[in-house]
Amino acid sequence: MKIHVYPRNNINTDEIIPARYLNSDEEKELTKHAMEDIDTEFVKRVQPGDFIVAGEDFGCGSSREHAIWALRGAGVKGVIAKSFARIFYRNAINNGFLAIECKTLDENLKTGEEIVIDLDNGKFITGGKQYTFSPIPKFVKDIMDKGGLLNTIIDS
Amino acid sequence: MLTITEKILGGMAGELVDREIDLMMCHEVTTPPAIKMLKEKGITKVWNPDKIVVTPDHFVPNKDIKSAELAKELNDWAIEQGIKHYYKLGCHGVCHAILPEQGHVKPGMVIVGADSHTCTYGALGCFSTGIGSTDCAFVLATGKLWFKVPETIRFNINGKLKPGVTAKDVILYIIKMIGVDGAQYKAMEFGGDVIKNMTDEEKLTICNMAIEAGGKNGIIETPEYFSDPGCNYEKVIEIAGEEIEPLVAYPHLPSNGKDIKDAEKDNIIIDQAFIGSCTNGRFSDMQAAHEILKGKKVACRTIIIPATTEVYKKCLQAGIIADFIDAGCVVSTPTCGPCLGGHMGVLAKGEKCISTTNRNFVGRMGSPESEVYLASPQIVAASAIAGKIVDHRK
Repeated sequence: MKIHVYPRNNINTDEIIPARYLNSDEEKELTKHAMEDIDTEFVKRVQPGDFIVAGEDFGCGSSREHAIWALRGAGVKGVIAKSFARIFYRNAINNGFLAIECKTLDENLKTGEEIVIDLDNGKFITGGKQYTFSPIPKFVKDIMDKGGLLNTIIDS
Repeated sequence: MLTITEKILGGMAGELVDREIDLMMCHEVTTPPAIKMLKEKGITKVWNPDKIVVTPDHFVPNKDIKSAELAKELNDWAIEQGIKHYYKLGCHGVCHAILPEQGHVKPGMVIVGADSHTCTYGALGCFSTGIGSTDCAFVLATGKLWFKVPETIRFNINGKLKPGVTAKDVILYIIKMIGVDGAQYKAMEFGGDVIKNMTDEEKLTICNMAIEAGGKNGIIETPEYFSDPGCNYEKVIEIAGEEIEPLVAYPHLPSNGKDIKDAEKDNIIIDQAFIGSCTNGRFSDMQAAHEILKGKKVACRTIIIPATTEVYKKCLQAGIIADFIDAGCVVSTPTCGPCLGGHMGVLAKGEKCISTTNRNFVGRMGSPESEVYLASPQIVAASAIAGKIVDHRK
């Protein structure tokens, strides 16, 4: 599994999936255009299980859950960022898409580096360094374990 | 001692709460996926058809076949569910303009909408926040949602605004000060004399852009719903109203505000001017633009879109639309359209637009190689006449 690094802050949902594609809500359509306005090579380069690595405030801007679907459809397993915008974070939880907060990301990480991730122990290794990430809150884990918020309806 | 947000959500900052939803806003981009999710789960009825407001607005009148299909899906569902408040084409409007206008927003309510600018309604003393399609489906099915009660940052805007300084400038000033994630996960509570003396429309403009600072919600107190003296604010920021200058937010962040006097010196030639959107598309915004455009001629493509059918009609009756047309402007039926690069004013490669909207990220209004500058209706109108970004006070 490899990482795709965007060392910038404020990667926003217009960049993740531009509005001109929001006339579709089909994952297989959206995924063709993931990250298009900032990285035209992304969709060709990404492989199932890969992670995006980014700075602060990832996923800011519009509430479009299409951003998650576009990335998920491209095979991205999750995003590791210094911080997340709140609507994107909720959308990630609801889709079992990993939004991992890590404040100490190295500035010199490069796209293409391998990553090994140990979710249960809150660790990952990439670029020759080991990182720990902020533990996923229990209530978030509970939702994700059920496969998203909608599945919690059936239980009650 | 609680903040207004804590009171309405029914918990202290940091607590998780499960709240009944008083009002849910649905439009045609983010609700169709929720409709499909509900169908998949075999959930056939919404929790309460009277607490849902349906407002097709983003790509209407349908801009292409795919958008038409989304609009149809929303329409068919609204009818099937017996949704009482369905603002279909002909009485339609931009969601965050039409809900307050039609009296759906009341102080003390808990409101969610499948759109990030749902924070707008907090201007009228309610807790209001944007959610995604899955959360939307959950609310439609159950009428409830979980929230983590946010900490509040209180902004006191004291004294008075200088002539020519508007609500749009106030919020651009605040976002510039704290950054686009300066209020991440927080409630942004606005107060002070300047806010107290604002009209509802001005307050709506301010809270509309709370999300652009990462805010969970924007909120302004009312006589009935207010923060207790001595409540726990995470931070209190005092701002002298007189300090605020008219601003233009340069590409590609809403926090890139620059004093209009300096922006003018940059001599930025514009290809398009846009006046409208949930930020500044209300009647007072149309009037403000009209005051400047009346009797003049625009030097660039200028698109004006009143945010609701009622605003459009009021403008027609007041002779404003005729004056806009005489000035050389394009005037359209309500739609979000150009704000998100959807239709009715998309930008080509290399084009620059000055706009009363709320976002200027890369590719926001069209080509990833176009640029969007954010400003008040007054600055946009004056710049449309000049064909470049200018100080409207001259």
